[in-house]
Amino acid sequence: MKEHALKEQGLVQIALYAALIAALGLIPPVPFLSGIPITAQSLGVMLAGVMLGPLRGFLAVVLLLFVVALGAPLLAGGRGGLAVFVGPTAGFAIGWAFAALATGWVTQQLQRLNLAVAAGIGAFVGGILVLYVFGILGFMLITDNGLLRSTQIMMVYIPGDLVKVVITGLVAQAVYKGLPGAVATRVV
Amino acid sequence: MAGRSPLHRLPAGVKLAALMAISIALYPVDQPLWLLPVLLLTIAGYATLGPGGLQRLTLVKPVLPFLLLILVFQTWTQGWAAGLVMLQRILVMVLLANLVTLTTSMDAMMAAVMPLLRPLRWVGVAPHRIAFAVALLVRFVPVLMALTASLLEAWRARGGGRRQWRLAVPLLINAIRLSDHVAEALAARGGIPNDSTH
Repeated sequence: MKEHALKEQGLVQIALYAALIAALGLIPPVPFLSGIPITAQSLGVMLAGVMLGPLRGFLAVVLLLFVVALGAPLLAGGRGGLAVFVGPTAGFAIGWAFAALATGWVTQQLQRLNLAVAAGIGAFVGGILVLYVFGILGFMLITDNGLLRSTQIMMVYIPGDLVKVVITGLVAQAVYKGLPGAVATRVV
Repeated sequence: MAGRSPLHRLPAGVKLAALMAISIALYPVDQPLWLLPVLLLTIAGYATLGPGGLQRLTLVKPVLPFLLLILVFQTWTQGWAAGLVMLQRILVMVLLANLVTLTTSMDAMMAAVMPLLRPLRWVGVAPHRIAFAVALLVRFVPVLMALTASLLEAWRARGGGRRQWRLAVPLLINAIRLSDHVAEALAARGGIPNDSTH
């Protein structure tokens, strides 16, 4: 019975973080250095990995993408529908799931470090390294650009994502202070 | 978009399969002139939606600046033909995908993909749990959006500032509490309904 309740709690958490990523799309994008706006949504993806751990973080993003594909306009700027998965940035959408997975896994491995640092390193690996591998591969496939050129085009987004990496660490630390049990990647 | 056009009446599964088939068929095309009729046909598809149908073409607007950037880049490095092929192919795919989304309700789409999710049972994910998670997400979104909007409003009332990311902390803490309450309420009612029909 208790195990049953835990399983249900997991499902509720997955749905909640998926909704949280959608809600973060409401925070107005901050125009950054290169003039390319950064949205808070990918911050939500990294946070899902840190807070829920690799598997549930992954599932939260998969659930969100599934509902977006069904037609709900839940991505920043009211984007949604199947178009998200055929456009030039489709790789980033799919990469989000693996970004959350990697963020959660790496954060989990770094128990000895302060959570802000561990989550920051996790978010860097997941939200930048893993995410851009998917993003650049998707861009190459859809636009027929070479690896070097695709990478050059995508580079403009990296400064904004680096800011989010730092924020992920700070937010995770702040929530951990208030609700230590809410951070699944920390062994209490 | 609700409506009774021929595309609305086409079963969701057929539309999804067609979209997939077209995306594969278009991939090897490398002559810009061959893609032009496909693009025109796609636009004609919007016209069949009835009054206001063609206005829906503007849904593609958010992708346009990005597409133009790629066009310039592609033309500069591989010639204008390659640039036009790429531009038309992406436009066709995005427009067609939007057309499917516009003419298919979320329920119909869900019903069409549910059979494909059945194999997930083998890894321990029952389809009715997926349906329940989708319903929960759809219910949570307006709650969390209202919460975000009120936090933003309070932030501006206090003078605002650039460090809006700080709102993520109260948002997260409130959301976690909400999740715990819902999980408790769910457990108290005997868990997720085991009924897969809806």
